[in-house]
Amino acid sequence: MNWSITPAQASTQAVAFDQLFWTMVGFSLCVVTLVGLLIFVFSLRFRARTGVPRKTVATLESRRVEIFWTAATAFFAIFFFWYTSTVSLDAVEAPPDAMEYHVEAKQWMWKTRHPSGVREINAMHVPTGRPVTVFLNSQDVIHSFYVPAFRIKKDVVPGRTSTVWFEATEPGTYPLFCTEYCGTNHAVMTGEVTVMEPAAYARWLETRAEGETLAAEGARLFTSAGCSGCHAEASDVHAPPLTGLFGRDIPLEDGRTVTADAAYIRDAILLPERDVAAGYAPIMPNFTGILEDGEVEALVAYIRTLALEGEGR
Amino acid sequence: MSSTDAEGYIAQEPDYLGAGHTVRSWLLTTDHKRIGILYLVTLLFFFLIGGAAATFIRLELATPPGDLVTADTYNRLFTLHGVIMVWFFLVPAVPSTLGNFLLPLAIGARDMAFPKLNLLSWYINLVGGLLALAALLLGGVDTGWTFYTPYSSLYSNSYVTLAALGVFIAGFSTIATGLNFIVTVHTQRCEGLTWMRLPLFVWALYATSMVIVLATPALAVALAMVVMERVFALGLFDPAQGGDPILFQHIFWFYSHPAVYIMILPGFGVVTEVLTCFSRRKVFGYEAMVFAILGIALFGFFVWGHHMFVSGQSAYASLIFSLLSFLIAIPSAIKVFNWSATLYGGHITFEASMLYALGFIGLFTLGGLTGLFLASVPIDVHMHDTYFVTAHFHYIMVGGMVSAFFAGLHFWWPKITGRMYSELWARLAALLMFLGFNFTFFPQFILGYMGMPRRYHSYPDEFEMWNVLSSAGAVILAVAYLMPFVYLGLSVYRGRRAGDNPWQARGLEWQTASPPPRENFGPLPVVTREPYDYHRSDEEPSAREGDLDFPNRSDTETR
Repeated sequence: MNWSITPAQASTQAVAFDQLFWTMVGFSLCVVTLVGLLIFVFSLRFRARTGVPRKTVATLESRRVEIFWTAATAFFAIFFFWYTSTVSLDAVEAPPDAMEYHVEAKQWMWKTRHPSGVREINAMHVPTGRPVTVFLNSQDVIHSFYVPAFRIKKDVVPGRTSTVWFEATEPGTYPLFCTEYCGTNHAVMTGEVTVMEPAAYARWLETRAEGETLAAEGARLFTSAGCSGCHAEASDVHAPPLTGLFGRDIPLEDGRTVTADAAYIRDAILLPERDVAAGYAPIMPNFTGILEDGEVEALVAYIRTLALEGEGR
Repeated sequence: MSSTDAEGYIAQEPDYLGAGHTVRSWLLTTDHKRIGILYLVTLLFFFLIGGAAATFIRLELATPPGDLVTADTYNRLFTLHGVIMVWFFLVPAVPSTLGNFLLPLAIGARDMAFPKLNLLSWYINLVGGLLALAALLLGGVDTGWTFYTPYSSLYSNSYVTLAALGVFIAGFSTIATGLNFIVTVHTQRCEGLTWMRLPLFVWALYATSMVIVLATPALAVALAMVVMERVFALGLFDPAQGGDPILFQHIFWFYSHPAVYIMILPGFGVVTEVLTCFSRRKVFGYEAMVFAILGIALFGFFVWGHHMFVSGQSAYASLIFSLLSFLIAIPSAIKVFNWSATLYGGHITFEASMLYALGFIGLFTLGGLTGLFLASVPIDVHMHDTYFVTAHFHYIMVGGMVSAFFAGLHFWWPKITGRMYSELWARLAALLMFLGFNFTFFPQFILGYMGMPRRYHSYPDEFEMWNVLSSAGAVILAVAYLMPFVYLGLSVYRGRRAGDNPWQARGLEWQTASPPPRENFGPLPVVTREPYDYHRSDEEPSAREGDLDFPNRSDTETR
């Protein structure tokens, strides 16, 4: 049996988390001690004993005492809110140079894909010192991507792409858990995240068969699923051009403006009649049931790369 | 009226227990006291079923591999444990049993405002409970008590519809009880009992009823939507049809977070009654306590998003919910400090119900503080859906609410049955429950920090140590829970007569016979003083001066 109670600390977030966590533990210990002492001392001092008359005590000025501890509690509540929120706000956005991993969750398996296209099942290899953004999709129910050593967790919700990011610091192998109950084999929907020094990671990548990157798969689908029939630049059909589209603000037919992010493009494929771009007829066919979830993600990834090309990168 | 029995007690009009001995006289009663007893019976039945499921869970988790039951069985066990314990034990625990029995007595009324609705609510509760049990006997439900979509609506091959229907129906029972309480408090208070003279137990029941009436419909909506999607494939939560699985979580938690307060607020009331009585002291800061109860009931509606920090909700929404969750700690802390300060200057004795109440304060403090951990976004990201959360809400609901329930049951047992139980065994059970509880659930905080997820049928070896400790503690806890069944059961047949007011307590319910007559009071009482009138600020209290030979105290009641 193992007596250690601290999980491995293997990411930048883990360091920040542990600092917060132990501060709160310290504060809680003080409060528990205070309440425990109050109860214990009062119980002892004011206990009824045979033949001993009741003690007379100075009356507490109750209003003052109450105002004091209400103010004290309010101060600590707001202080801890501020203290923890600054940490969480810092961690909202991944750094722009983060590596992009794609993870597909299904009952009861994690399918991961490296930026280079290398695929693994229930395993993931990452280098130290590089921020990593994980794009999460589910094929069925809600799962949750949890690596305790990194102190990160994100629900993987069907029908949307969630992201979570981390920067690993310590080489080693750490467990990956599914933390949203997902059915029979929830408890064995686990995997391993292996953190390697950058050089070791590069060597490891070379030993793996080159896979197709998500964007490359998207490019293939763009033709085979028929998207290019309308959206290719040479097409006769009046359809919005996709080069440079991703991330731009798009005016819609009904006067609203939306940002062309992953969710918008996903919706545009699966629910094209909902947000029609201004100046275009609602003629795009609905691809719900024709494309699988992973295929939509591949198309979104491809359309993102079109935008990057548009910026000349 | 002047004849006395062998022990010197004046023979009284038949009490509510003696008013009829047939099954029919119980099943068709409109007496709030008898309905309280009916609830107590069904409640204990469900408590035993939920407890049995918990026993199997802890047995399975005593070793890392999933070797006792299959994964599917395990999933059905924790779902059963959650569904039964939340909706058929914790929610009705204090309001429907002690509340039903005591609310009219505590406000000097002859019955509830709607006695027939009161009986109906028990039958509705029974129907809901039986449907949920039927779902269990037919093969079980495997969604967890939270029924998260799309698993519950599209993927689960179990009796979700039946169980959801059971909970849906039981919801109407709690709404009926809540409505009845609200109207009763408004219309049935006796002369002189102004709002600011209400005992805090009544205030707590009143606030709870408000939350019940306002929140339970949201649960009904959420469950109805799941059933619609399962039966008619409506696509409300199915992303393939344009639905949103997260929508369910918003509606569900809009009910279920206030439901946490439905489960704990009545406990606040019970503990206040017990603490003041055994420390012979006015409650410290009565008004602050009232506003804390109301504030918690109100704020409880605005913190549901803290269950969804990792669901993909916007970071800014999460921050607002985090702030509101921190703020709700303020009234909770006020209550803890006021209870502690109530002891100051008291004349304290440590009867069993007092031990339960003191234990409640400790466990509730720990549960509340760990709530602050979960209210802060970055800490919750690591802790969410781990055993830390499991430990946290068990500290509030089991450590807090079940302790309060037992405190109340022991406190009012003489009133309910007219008999005393064995004080020694009761104190032993109270201590054992406190120890066993911490032994069981404290290791789960550590497991959560180490990263062990909830609802795991098997787990990696590094978690074994603390799971073994937790399972060992559960054995102690199980013994402690079974003990009251024995000594309270025995007391009904062999217990000494309690007399009207064995604790020399000041509540109106103690101003009538034990057990009370059908009509509760002879002439209705008239209230002229504040509640918790154990001493006047300028007067030395004399009620139980130096009176510690506790078992004989009811001699003073002999007339």
